Amino acid sequence: MAARAPSVQNAALGSHYVVHLAAPDDFAFWRERARALIQCDVPPDRVSWVEPGGTDDLFAVGGPSRIPVADGGAAPVRVSKRFMKLARNAALHSDPERFALLYRMLWRLQSNSRAMEDKADADVRRIEELDKSVRRDSHKMHAFVRFREVETDDGEYYVAWFEPDHHIVRANAGFFMRRFANMKWSILTPRGCIHWDGKVMRESGPADRSDAPQDDPVEELWKSYYASIFNPARLKVGAMMAEMPKKYWKNMPEAELIPELIAGAQAREAGMVAAGEREARELPATLKAISSAIHTCRDCAIADCGTRAVMGRGASGAALMIVGEQPGDQEDVQGLPFVGPAGQLLDQYLAQAGIDRSAAYITNAVKHFKFRAKGKRRIHHSPTAKEIDTCRWWLEAERVVVKPRVVLALGASAARGLLGKTVSISKARGAAIALDDGAELWVTAHPSYLLRLEGAARDEQAALFVRDLSAVKTRLSQMRA
Amino acid sequence: MAHSQLSLRERLEILADAAKYDASCASSGTAKKNSIGGKGVGSTEGMGICHAYAPDGRCISLLKILLTNHCIFDCHYCINRKSSNVRRARFTPQEVADLTVNFYKRNYIEGLFLSSGIIKSSNHTMEQMVECARILREENDFRGYIHLKTIPEADPELIHQAGLYADRVSINVELPTREGLTRLAPDKDERQIEGALAKTKSRIIQAKDERKRFKNAPRFAPAGQSTQMIVGADAANDADIVGRASALYGNFGLRRVYYSAFSPIPDASAVLPLKRPPLMREHRLYQSDWLMRFYGYAPGEVAQATDHNGNLPLDIDPKLAWALKFRGQFPVDVNRASKEQLLRVPGLGTTAVGRILTARRHRTLRLDDVAKLTQSISKVRPFLVALDWRPTTLTDRADLRAMLAPRQEQLELF
Repeated sequence: MAARAPSVQNAALGSHYVVHLAAPDDFAFWRERARALIQCDVPPDRVSWVEPGGTDDLFAVGGPSRIPVADGGAAPVRVSKRFMKLARNAALHSDPERFALLYRMLWRLQSNSRAMEDKADADVRRIEELDKSVRRDSHKMHAFVRFREVETDDGEYYVAWFEPDHHIVRANAGFFMRRFANMKWSILTPRGCIHWDGKVMRESGPADRSDAPQDDPVEELWKSYYASIFNPARLKVGAMMAEMPKKYWKNMPEAELIPELIAGAQAREAGMVAAGEREARELPATLKAISSAIHTCRDCAIADCGTRAVMGRGASGAALMIVGEQPGDQEDVQGLPFVGPAGQLLDQYLAQAGIDRSAAYITNAVKHFKFRAKGKRRIHHSPTAKEIDTCRWWLEAERVVVKPRVVLALGASAARGLLGKTVSISKARGAAIALDDGAELWVTAHPSYLLRLEGAARDEQAALFVRDLSAVKTRLSQMRA
Repeated sequence: MAHSQLSLRERLEILADAAKYDASCASSGTAKKNSIGGKGVGSTEGMGICHAYAPDGRCISLLKILLTNHCIFDCHYCINRKSSNVRRARFTPQEVADLTVNFYKRNYIEGLFLSSGIIKSSNHTMEQMVECARILREENDFRGYIHLKTIPEADPELIHQAGLYADRVSINVELPTREGLTRLAPDKDERQIEGALAKTKSRIIQAKDERKRFKNAPRFAPAGQSTQMIVGADAANDADIVGRASALYGNFGLRRVYYSAFSPIPDASAVLPLKRPPLMREHRLYQSDWLMRFYGYAPGEVAQATDHNGNLPLDIDPKLAWALKFRGQFPVDVNRASKEQLLRVPGLGTTAVGRILTARRHRTLRLDDVAKLTQSISKVRPFLVALDWRPTTLTDRADLRAMLAPRQEQLELF
């Protein structure tokens, strides 16, 4: 690097200088010290810059040296306006190296005043990066500060809590003052606070989140607006996250709605399209056609979980159709209905009641496995009413093809899939319900319910289950006779 | 109708929901103002601010609502058309003004974007909207951003008043072709819309001119006027749309032409296609808009990038599509090429070009240097010559498109 020849004075001293800054955003102080150091020809590798709370580096061992004082005849230090603007902003960055970097650049600019134009230079690039992230942080502060109103003796007062990444609070006081000149407000942050009383700006030290008010009734209106202005037919979560990263969410009242808005979006959009389209679509006419079509179904969000659609199993023309809730882990792996633990239990009780499983048609109200991943395990998650209703279309197609005379619904989800409304198992069980096509619906509990029970409760429920199965068996025999 | 029974919150839900098909939310490019020395709140400092982002990826900068979603018109693509079966509600101008100020004071928004269904008559509706802006500006001394969607059928004097209060006014051309407008918006008339755009343009120019001569002359829509077209509801192809947009920019001095991908709307009219909105198509149209506004492409050149159906490719951006069709123009020498030539290199944006132009005054650029100045060197490499780099055969390769096109993800937009 082309530096100036060291002056005789410094060559003789050869000392290392440590500059302690009074505040992490004190650009004016840095500028004054940097000017003096440049004028005394102190090269960048002999200066350390320490901000409050920072530690002195290795060279500083042995105590800080006095900052040299330039004599009156020292040449003035010159830099471009553009560098000043950039440096003023970059100095607000939280990178502890920023003041050393700026000093190094200042030193280099003395021998090459156009060094900043070389955009491929590492120092230039780093300063531009710092500037860019500080500008972004400031911009996000302008955007994401949320005031809450508090009533005081003095009238309305607005308080916000914000967590900036860099030392930008003081530098942005002017923006908020110009915008809310006739309002009284405070912005509290962990890096210091600013307060405006309508006339004078005050500063105070770091605050805690609990110092800020916890709610504001207008937030309910704002949240309603946020949820309503969002168009579920255009989900673009990546674009949102790029501009509003998650770290800001905790201080924005509307952000707590995001998960449910995303979760509901696909169903809402599917509903919007399906409402017009579904009626016009023809039901597949064979089990084979249904089986191939369900794999491409994307009518609800469960289809996007990465699981496969599990088709019902059995012959068309079966007198009995057994409907469960949805495939489970094992069913999804094997692609067959009722092969997991609940399926095995069902087999046991069917055999006990004298019902031949191989003669029945077995399927589910919902064709995909809905789960939440917990480590490596996939935990069963019940389908929503909306999802059951969406998948009902496939169940209807199966019923049209199989034409069962008796339908056995296992559990509330299966009952909803057949009836289109939620019924209570305890009220609906024990008697036949007539379906539109003339078939009889019998409702009972899901065998997985029995698996979850223990002791007397299990015995009691098992007895009811056996009773329901025997009733079905009786009806089937009566019909055959 | 029983709106009096609906709470403010319910009406906000209905009237925000009804406004969400409007694409614009910009709050930039207006005159600088602030609340110092005034009575109220508000400032505009040139750059717009997005105060939140919705999961649809769109910025929320303004309180974007309708004054009412009652409408005497019957435009097929619009959720608020007369024959639609949606819940109806209305605000008073005072309620909208209060809501705006309350949101603004909490730093939720930059201002108001007010639109409306047509109630009673075009003039009556426009009067109500102007009244809302008047309350904000005069009674609340509100100095934030106001965008009023004006009604082309309303009395020109009312549109003039709107421009005196608002930062921006807009009039939607609605559809890219006249046939589309006739078929889908039977109550609207292209000549009337264009007449209103022309009148607004001349008022903006006139007010600017007066401000030059008299410091206290009133401002008229200092953030200019804009318009919106719905994409995907009629048969217009991308070349038609780009041609129409460039004519609109040229004829009416528009700040922006917005494209809104037609969304499947609840209770849609049977005349319309029911499918997912063509979001990627909308994105490509915005990219072509950028090419014309910032990269020196003529509308005819953008049309050259379209396929035999007149549509822009969905898998690659229009600039790359153009470069692949005109490979003879490449590679360009990064150390010697003009700014105009560099701007045509796929993968180089205006910022990167600026950085290359200053950096090459200091050194002869190698490929490594270019990599530091650009987002992605692999994308620009086939089109550039640097000190240590010459893509000898790359631009002749038949599979160049396949190499540069982003890998196919599940295409779900069409």
